[in-house]
Amino acid sequence: MNQDRRTFLGQTGTFLLLTASAALAWEHVLAGTPDSAPNYNTKDHWWGMAIDIEKCIGCGTCVRACKTENDVPLGDQEHAYFRTWVERYIVDPADLDHPRVESPNGGYAGYHELEVKNPDLKMFFVPKLCNHCAHSPCVQVCPVGATFESPDGVVLVDKSYCLGCRYCVQACPYGCRFIDPRVETVDKCSLCYHRITKGLTTACCETCPTGARKLADLKDPKDPIHAFLRDHKVQVLKPQMATGAKMYYNGLDGSVR
Amino acid sequence: MEPRPSNYRHLVRMAGLFVIGITVFLLLRSVFVPKNFGLYGHYNPGALQANMDRPMKYAGQAACVVCHDEQASARAKGRHANVACESCHGALASHAQSDDPAKSKPQRPDPRKTCIICHTASISKPKAFPQVDPAEHAPAGPCTACHVQPHNPKIA
Repeated sequence: MNQDRRTFLGQTGTFLLLTASAALAWEHVLAGTPDSAPNYNTKDHWWGMAIDIEKCIGCGTCVRACKTENDVPLGDQEHAYFRTWVERYIVDPADLDHPRVESPNGGYAGYHELEVKNPDLKMFFVPKLCNHCAHSPCVQVCPVGATFESPDGVVLVDKSYCLGCRYCVQACPYGCRFIDPRVETVDKCSLCYHRITKGLTTACCETCPTGARKLADLKDPKDPIHAFLRDHKVQVLKPQMATGAKMYYNGLDGSVR
Repeated sequence: MEPRPSNYRHLVRMAGLFVIGITVFLLLRSVFVPKNFGLYGHYNPGALQANMDRPMKYAGQAACVVCHDEQASARAKGRHANVACESCHGALASHAQSDDPAKSKPQRPDPRKTCIICHTASISKPKAFPQVDPAEHAPAGPCTACHVQPHNPKIA
């Protein structure tokens, strides 16, 4: 054979590379289209939520409804598991940098009256949940692709694929993820994906007695979210993180973290 | 430079090992990577369906109104118009979806505890929200003694 070592290695390498890429390409050709829910096209929706802090009464109905609907472990004071929770802010109006934030058991049992009623303090409730970011830090760090942004803008978890490595729990700037102690995989708000794809609203929005939280489809021109965003001065949490959060808060105080 | 013939043999063996290694990798990959992985992004598109298929516990407003139109119309006239049935009555998909809903009747909400979940006075609550101090406001009786119709709580 009139072939030196360099040519041989080069040709073998090229052959192997081409074979591998051809195999990968063929895999995609074979893939076809996935099963999709009847009458639901992911391309027609872009989900978010409108949250009105001025309407939240801290009753905790959303927290209880979410736990029931999504089978979230009840937990205790040391082991707290929430897909949504409600915080109470107690703020000295002149010192926005040092709010007192409390959330006993995530607001599950509602809030009781404070011992000291100081009318000089500013107080309000902030319902929190996954912000379903369009550029989610949690999705970016997942090493296996077990969490992802769906085409309709919902950050979901593939529980059968999650390793339980906890990278995403640390990456979420809003603290919205937890490890389910029963299966040791991550869990988080799925924006009730099993409900919203069937034309229903989420469990928290369904049960909120004051309408403080409303599911919103930003791609639906008839959705009241457009009027809400136009008529109110809204803000997302931690806009400086550039996460593309889609939970729009009305009346969000500068002290809220 | 002309290589000596004896140098070829180990190259062939090495190439063989490479081929075997890559074949094993591709085989394992085809077994362990879910079908359609990467179709929409770096994830298994089957997980979308898995998330859709979870069972519901809350039936939703529309399901209740199908049968309970009397309560629904009473509620629509009052200040509880925008409070969903399941806010007070709890998750009732099992009742709504059952073949014989009369057999799986939900428990009647407590006529005092249910009300004070929302209506207990607190300086943390928005001022406009109707709230009372349960220790002063009819401390003994159930709320329904005066607010007879909880679906429309206005005292007639």
